[in-house]
Amino acid sequence: MTKVTMTINGKAVSGEVEGRTLLSSFLREDLHLTGTHIGCDTSQCGACVVHVDGKAVKSCTMFAAEANGATVATIEGQANEDGSLNVIQAAFQEHHGLQCGFCTPGMVMSAAALLKDNPKPSVSEVREYLEGNICRCTGYHNIVKAIMAASGQDVSAIAAE
Amino acid sequence: MPKDGGIGAPTRRREDVRFLTGTGQYCDDMNMFGQTAAVFARSTVANGVIKSIDTTAAAAMPGVLAIFTGEDFVDVGGNPAGWLINSRDGEPMKEPKRPVLAHGKVRHVGDAYAAVIAETVEQAKDAVEAIEVDIEELPAIVNMKDALSSTNYVHDEIGTNQCFDWGWIEDNRAATDAAIKGAHHVTTLELVNNRLVPNAMEPRCSMAQYNRANDEYTLHTTSQNPHLTRLLISAFVLGIPENKLTVIAPDVGGGFGSKIYHYGEEALVLAAAKKLGRPVKWTADRTEAFLTDAHGRDHVTKIELALDEEGNFLAFRTETLANVGAYLSNFATATPTFLHGTLMAGNYTVPNVYVNVKAVFTNTAPVDAYRGAGRPEATFSLERVIDKAAREIGMDPIALRRKNFIKPDQYPFASAAGLEYDSGNYDALMDQMEKVADVAGFEARRKESEKKGKLRGFGVNAYIEACGIAPSNLVGVLGSRVGLYDAATVRVNATGNLSVMVGAHSHGQGHETAFPQVVAEMLGIDPQSIDIVHGDTSKIPFGMGTYGSRSLAVCGSAVVRATEKIINKAKKIAAHMLEASDGDIELKDGVFSVAGTDKSVTFGEVALKAYIPHEFPLEDIEPGLEETAFYDPANFTYPSGAYCCEVEVDPDTGKVTVESMTAVDDFGNVINPMIVTGQVHGGLGQGIGQALLENTTYDENGQLLSASYMDYVMPRADDVPFYGVDHSKGTACTHNPLGVKGCGEAGAIGSPPTVVNAVIDALQSGGKNVTHIDMPMTPHRVWSAMQNV
Amino acid sequence: MYAFDIERPATLAEAVAALSNEDAQALGGGQTLIPTLKQRLASPEKLISLTGVAEMKGISSSGGVLTIGGGVTHGEVASDGSYKALSDLASNIGDPAVRNRGTIGGSVANNDPSACYPAAALASGATIVTNAREIAADDFFVGMFETALDEGEIVTAVKFPIPEKANYQKFVQPASRFALVGVFVAKTADGVRVAVTGASNEGVHRWSAAEEALSKDFSAKALDGLSVSADDLIADLHGSAEYRAHLVAVMTKRAVEAAA
Repeated sequence: MTKVTMTINGKAVSGEVEGRTLLSSFLREDLHLTGTHIGCDTSQCGACVVHVDGKAVKSCTMFAAEANGATVATIEGQANEDGSLNVIQAAFQEHHGLQCGFCTPGMVMSAAALLKDNPKPSVSEVREYLEGNICRCTGYHNIVKAIMAASGQDVSAIAAE
Repeated sequence: MPKDGGIGAPTRRREDVRFLTGTGQYCDDMNMFGQTAAVFARSTVANGVIKSIDTTAAAAMPGVLAIFTGEDFVDVGGNPAGWLINSRDGEPMKEPKRPVLAHGKVRHVGDAYAAVIAETVEQAKDAVEAIEVDIEELPAIVNMKDALSSTNYVHDEIGTNQCFDWGWIEDNRAATDAAIKGAHHVTTLELVNNRLVPNAMEPRCSMAQYNRANDEYTLHTTSQNPHLTRLLISAFVLGIPENKLTVIAPDVGGGFGSKIYHYGEEALVLAAAKKLGRPVKWTADRTEAFLTDAHGRDHVTKIELALDEEGNFLAFRTETLANVGAYLSNFATATPTFLHGTLMAGNYTVPNVYVNVKAVFTNTAPVDAYRGAGRPEATFSLERVIDKAAREIGMDPIALRRKNFIKPDQYPFASAAGLEYDSGNYDALMDQMEKVADVAGFEARRKESEKKGKLRGFGVNAYIEACGIAPSNLVGVLGSRVGLYDAATVRVNATGNLSVMVGAHSHGQGHETAFPQVVAEMLGIDPQSIDIVHGDTSKIPFGMGTYGSRSLAVCGSAVVRATEKIINKAKKIAAHMLEASDGDIELKDGVFSVAGTDKSVTFGEVALKAYIPHEFPLEDIEPGLEETAFYDPANFTYPSGAYCCEVEVDPDTGKVTVESMTAVDDFGNVINPMIVTGQVHGGLGQGIGQALLENTTYDENGQLLSASYMDYVMPRADDVPFYGVDHSKGTACTHNPLGVKGCGEAGAIGSPPTVVNAVIDALQSGGKNVTHIDMPMTPHRVWSAMQNV
Repeated sequence: MYAFDIERPATLAEAVAALSNEDAQALGGGQTLIPTLKQRLASPEKLISLTGVAEMKGISSSGGVLTIGGGVTHGEVASDGSYKALSDLASNIGDPAVRNRGTIGGSVANNDPSACYPAAALASGATIVTNAREIAADDFFVGMFETALDEGEIVTAVKFPIPEKANYQKFVQPASRFALVGVFVAKTADGVRVAVTGASNEGVHRWSAAEEALSKDFSAKALDGLSVSADDLIADLHGSAEYRAHLVAVMTKRAVEAAA
């Protein structure tokens, strides 16, 4: 067992992990941050996306020991300080960008990473960026629309309800 | 009127907040004190005789608490088929036992023959590897045609690989044959409706707990219908009394059909929890999901369409082989029959329809209902052969469909496939589709595509489906072994807020938002004061769950009926409070008043009075304000639609891109248009996936080659366009109180033939006389088709 | 996963020392190795994570040669831009989250027959730098999942001579998003090199007939009539050998058009 220390959603945390403990397992099982989901075994679905040192990564494809000393952000830390939904979360709700909610944490975390690097993405940039996030419910329409809206761009031309 | 968001309002979903903040509680997010882990030993061969299983070494490994094999379950029941189909000769279908764990034989890759319970998942996996199993591999039965002529059987005890040979409607057979024989033109098409893996993003998970003190079990499980799961476990599999078993389906990450069914893993964790006296949890990994979730579709069909000289449809005749996989899943026999054959008249006045379906056992995962369930298969066959016929007789595909549409003045319409359609207006849908999609501008867009070196195609489709599953009287006659009503309890609390317990289960459909809109509209109160309770058999009277686009049409109707009862009783209480007669009480905007006076009490005051019944006329009115209703529909509902899409084909690579997809649907009345639109989007994404991407592939040995996201092509954001969705032309359902029809499956039903028709059009426009390509139309397949003409 | 220990050396020397243990295995970004471990298809006793090795980080350019540390992620290469065709290639590997972890060293050392980087390295005439030696790309990629690396040898950098013109065209395998066929074309003063990935059971390889034709005339037209044999090409559920052979020609033409 190895001791790891990291900052998660602004809080210092530490724990004992095995070499094989994935970051996702550490988050879910040791820290009970179960908003990070596991939807596949091959690093494709993206339900587990978190930020490590500001970059989107698949927490199911990184060992907890490798995040030692890192700053980690998960879905649980995304809301505004007063608990209200942040701009991206609010846009997902406003534009119905989620249904069953299982892929949603990864989608929100990927969207946040995208908008940090590319504050005004085009529709095709959004679609390409989501290559590693699979959603089975929405057909992606409203996810893309929500991210465009969260970036402050006019989405009124995109078909709505 | 409700303050914000009654019927028809695009109310934002309240459940979103927990999902967006990571506080949803899916099954695998929960852990219990003393919890242990179950891992299954699964067959790596498709067909084999289990010669021996030696668990001695595995049992001695660190952390191992118990090991189960098929031997442990020989005395309990099998997981049953919920629908009895009789063959054309009157013989009942073959129903081989589906055990909790394989016993004697393994019948598909992934078939579980043992389970290890250990302190941790990794310890259990270590022990699974240490189980010494001797399986004598037999040739795999994969291809359906071969299976029917083989003497190598998936189930030796039934002596055939044919489950049934069903004719619908057998009495129409001769007339259909005659119509085809004498027709001016007959179009024939052989096609495959490709097998799909549902791929809800949340893998299945089941966690059982046993309370020795009162002999009670609790099962948390990823289910679309916890009551049905409880019923199956209690009545058929383990025999646990229903009143000793609570089944809870918490937040569930999508279902699409795959979580309707009871699976052996649920029974295993329950049995293990009792044996160990500790909670037992199993969570599937994605590979297990691919290997063991019930798959969808997998039909091989020959369809013929007979036409007269004017293009009037005279008959449809189909012969279908339907794969049911290695075991009968709970609705496997209903899907290719009564959810498919009954829709084979489509939206058309065709007088003759005959459908023959042979269901076939193979050494593959069980096949059952997947989003649309039988109706996509019907629509695909019809709309592909109609498109081919239009080309053959030189008629515009839209005009040919319009010529044969049932007209608005013909309802109720008795279809040649045995259903009575209650309402619809297919021409209006087609008009709207042509407008929304700017069909008139297509040729100009085709020229633009040509300039880029791309072949552009236009495809159209009209569909009808039978939803609101289902009228129990009717389905009982047709072989259903369950009733398909639903139930709701409306509980008005003393402080005036409401808990509404519903038998439907929401795993993405937004019931927690939409159902309160209905109740709020009826009571004239704030929907925020109404909470929906679902997914827990200990809290909800009963329910048949969510599938078949039934939640609103059936369970929503139960909610309406229960709310009507609440209003009736509340009026009595109000009448008492206002010293008036019941008949003079009016309810408006949440206030009960005496007609023609200024005397009134609010809904909240009535609620309080119901629970503090001082000076109450107890001989006339019981205290409390809680009502339950069971609703059994009078008929199916019949959503319909007109879809079109435009594709571009890269002639160099065969790659197809969907440039636009337009869905105009008749869902009857709409409660929350935002949610309805989202449901259509999801179905369209899955339909495009079926048409172009999703490639379930078993090799000749029964190995699933597409068993992970490395090979099974899930639609991604860059595979699909923005969709044009319109449901403004609805015609109300005539037989349920909300006039609703159901919207959950439409997109997945209407879109696959639309895409295929468009690709064929694109290739034809490029001078390639390709008449059909099987789905998924991968670049390789499209390119190959172009080479072969 | 089977149990193992994990070490995170901070220097190359420590990493090399750690990997001298025969039960130890190097861990780059882990985007291939971790899914493999999850399936219990590998059972190392110890993983040596290279992500903390300072010497393997960084991208530098000098004398027309771009040197990329073995620990540099695909995302970092994508945003570098000094060798545009290479950055474009990197920006289409996997998905953004994979690109933030996966490294060039890990990719070339793994030599997946459908990976993108091997095509770039081979077509560019890159040099693979290890802790022990420098190996020309022509000698490095031996076959499917096989390289010239010895046990415990670490790819510390890849040196790319920046060509006059270059382009990579990838026809994706739509599930994995690896290359069903990928073709990298690079034109230098010495001629044209064409490397093909995704297509062959032998792994990444050069298409000499195309190189010859393009060295004479760097235009898509020069490829007219050229085709590759489907023999020994990969056939799977995503495409036959014939289809892949066809795609090699199409992608090569497109790469030339895009590069020219």
